[in-house]
Amino acid sequence: MPQADSTRTIVRDGIAVGVATGAYGISFGAVSVAAGLDVWQTCVLSLLMFTGASQFALVGVVSSGGAAGVAALTALLLGTRNTLYGLRISPLVGWRGWRRFAAAHLVIDESAAMTATRTSREHARAGFLSTGVTIFALWNLATLAGAVAGEALGDPRAYGLDAAVGGAFLALLWPRLTTTSNRVAAVLGAAVAVSLVELTPAGVPVLAAAVVALGLGLIRRDAP
Amino acid sequence: MTWGALLAAGVGCYLLKLAGMSVPEKVHDHPVVRRVADLIPVVLLAALIAVQVFSGSGANGPTLTVDARLVGLLAAAAALVLRAPFIVVVFVAALAAALARLL
Repeated sequence: MPQADSTRTIVRDGIAVGVATGAYGISFGAVSVAAGLDVWQTCVLSLLMFTGASQFALVGVVSSGGAAGVAALTALLLGTRNTLYGLRISPLVGWRGWRRFAAAHLVIDESAAMTATRTSREHARAGFLSTGVTIFALWNLATLAGAVAGEALGDPRAYGLDAAVGGAFLALLWPRLTTTSNRVAAVLGAAVAVSLVELTPAGVPVLAAAVVALGLGLIRRDAP
Repeated sequence: MTWGALLAAGVGCYLLKLAGMSVPEKVHDHPVVRRVADLIPVVLLAALIAVQVFSGSGANGPTLTVDARLVGLLAAAAALVLRAPFIVVVFVAALAAALARLL
């Protein structure tokens, strides 16, 4: 019951979500250096891009041998959902000027989820800031720790770090598989990608799968 | 990974967030925009999983391969069914693949 939450409760919940989420920056740091990025590049990604799925996608394409431009495009496509979160959050928090520019950087899955259900501006801002700031601080610290540890470990395959990326993507996908149409879309996307693996340069199969999303979105306009 | 592509992707992701905070809400309310925006992450993540797990590097470019990474993915799915948190899922995937390679 969001109405019953006090600002203090909202901040506490936001920090809890932030700690849980920020910690997995460790896996991003380790996976990124395993993909061949150096520690600096890994840390700049977490500071500048700061949206987990796009970061994992970028290093995933790089590790499968994709071109840098294809990796960047895949990350940007996944980043488009943050645009929609921003549209939802903006009227709730009501920031203008430099505050809006600063707040935009913190617009990610978790901060959006902790803000979107609030019924007052004070509560929306409390949810957004407590979640966003906690994740930003911890995600970046954890990225550095994971990257340094990953470099010290040596061959990533011996520790199964190449399989960790697939696991991370599956964990990001899982909560979205609640509707039949999303499940169908996921299966089609995977099928398109697999069918193109041997026919196109690395990274292209994933972008081609985005066409499936566009097609389904245009056909099924009445879907929930 | 080149610094140019990395910085462009990072700045681009920020601008996508800023655009959402700055654009009138009626764009968002268009049903096709909503539907596509909902499906893009689903389709891309599914495609990324498929490529990440089944592509290997052959002499003539990428090839379809089945190896320990599939064991890792199945272990991750099992962890998710048991409602394990994200970091545990990732760890289980890595551990299962590492063990499969040892056997």
